[in-house]
Amino acid sequence: MLELKNVSYSYGQNKILSDVSFRVETGELVCVLGPNGCGKTTLLKNILGLLTPSGGSIFIDGKEVKRLSPGKLAQLMGYIPQTHSPPFPYKVFEVVLMGRTAYLSRLAMPDKKDEEIAYDSLKKLNITHLKDKIYTKISGGERQLVLIARALAQQPKILIMDEPTSSLDFGKQNVVLEHVRMLSQKGISILMVTHDPAHALFCADKVITMKKGHILKIGNPKDVISEDMMKYMYETDVKIGKVKLPDERTICVCIPVPKVS
Amino acid sequence: MHSFMKKSGLILVLVAAFLFSLSIGRYIIPIRQIGSTIFSHYFNGVNDANMETVIFNIRLPRIFAGILVGAALSTAGASFQGMFKNPLVSPDMLGASAGAGFGACLAILLSQSALVIQIMAFTFGITAVLIAYFVNVMLDYEPTISLVLGGILVSTLFSSGTGAIKYFADANDKLPAITYWLMGSLSSVTNSDILMVSVPIVIGFVSLFLVRWKLNVLAFGEEEARTLGIDTRKLRFIVIISSTLITSASVSICGMVGWIGLVIPHLARAVVGPDYRKLLPVTFIFGSTFLLLIDDMARCLGAVEIPLGILTSLMGVPFFILIFKQNVRGWK
Repeated sequence: MLELKNVSYSYGQNKILSDVSFRVETGELVCVLGPNGCGKTTLLKNILGLLTPSGGSIFIDGKEVKRLSPGKLAQLMGYIPQTHSPPFPYKVFEVVLMGRTAYLSRLAMPDKKDEEIAYDSLKKLNITHLKDKIYTKISGGERQLVLIARALAQQPKILIMDEPTSSLDFGKQNVVLEHVRMLSQKGISILMVTHDPAHALFCADKVITMKKGHILKIGNPKDVISEDMMKYMYETDVKIGKVKLPDERTICVCIPVPKVS
Repeated sequence: MHSFMKKSGLILVLVAAFLFSLSIGRYIIPIRQIGSTIFSHYFNGVNDANMETVIFNIRLPRIFAGILVGAALSTAGASFQGMFKNPLVSPDMLGASAGAGFGACLAILLSQSALVIQIMAFTFGITAVLIAYFVNVMLDYEPTISLVLGGILVSTLFSSGTGAIKYFADANDKLPAITYWLMGSLSSVTNSDILMVSVPIVIGFVSLFLVRWKLNVLAFGEEEARTLGIDTRKLRFIVIISSTLITSASVSICGMVGWIGLVIPHLARAVVGPDYRKLLPVTFIFGSTFLLLIDDMARCLGAVEIPLGILTSLMGVPFFILIFKQNVRGWK
């Protein structure tokens, strides 16, 4: 689905990414973890076609990203940025409809069919009640769901998420992650950058850890997210524990160890 | 049906303003007489000569210029506000007005004809924006920021040029002419002027109208617009060229008319919301109506004409405060 082969990226003299290779299969949810400045954002920008790799290549659905036009790329790949406010008070439905832009002929406006697709995207996330609300006036969690709906309206094969939970409260983070989980189960590939190992443990099929532009390890979340790895990446002590739920499932938790008792 | 009523209502507003402007002036022509004069002008040709001159050579060109310039400056302003993701941007952001003003002043200083003044204004307006665009490309920075930076540099450059020209101009005839020109007026617009500037204005306006859906997406910023499938560099180029054609052409026939491009988009946004599919047509109607009425004031309020630029700013300021105070959907 998404494949990176020996991707590197330099900005002037600084090498920000070196020799990054990995794959995201169809329907797989992959989380990228790493400390600030490890190159996560640069990695996403390269994948999204906003930056061009200095070396190596990125393929999506077998096609090389840098050879695709913005329109073609947007039909394959949806991007969910961190929430923010646009300068003008668009309605939620208008924002979601913008996801259809890549499918419009050069000068056309969205038509009935595009509106149906936009409405379906809202329905998938159970937020049709927000349709006529003003995007800038709804809560951060709702806004994040709207941005996911907009990306779904692109009918993409893969979703790229940049810390989609970063400005949300504790409860809303889980609401968003549950939705993300559900989408991947419906067959959409997802690559998500997150700063919280707990999120990766919560929903990822595969975890990639990075530091200083290099990939450290790729694999099953429970294997990759170890106390040693966390200590090495974030330079802080953490404890990883297992909790058994009443329904027999076991979940992993990852918490920092306080220095002062 | 509902939206059809709204659309026709808006067009009626403009038609009413048009007839009103045609009717009032130094001497008032009743609407009925306007109708019969226009009818006989085209069909039987028997007309009172005075009436004929007032309507066809004095008022109509002025009114058409008002509609054209008002609509064009407002739509250009609305587009720029989206592109720069900033509600406080006006269409001369990239130096078009400053450049055009300089070109016109230079032509007046060199005692050129009205036609040359217009051509110089137009050319310098475009040149100014090209320089700003070049600065933007050279800086290789976040595009909206470096464009604004380029615009500020170029505006400053050409304003100081205009200042220098004023300093050297003959204080008895050239300086008053320059000052009056810079304050803006529709009084000397002729039919041929309108034909000439309508070409760039219509090209600019139609282009903006055609890309208006994409302007929505561009308002979400460079990166998001690209990931939604827009070739942002191309779109920005179209918006800049269109707005510049519009602004330079407008300034070339009526001088500096500020504030319209800033205020009117907000008024329209307060009424129909920010979606450019509706915003641009409504901005068109509001902009043209606004300038028509302002120009009516310019020619009727005093014994001498009041410069347009003074009135638009004077009316624009309280208007702006009102919009922002009342506004629910405009900005916040």
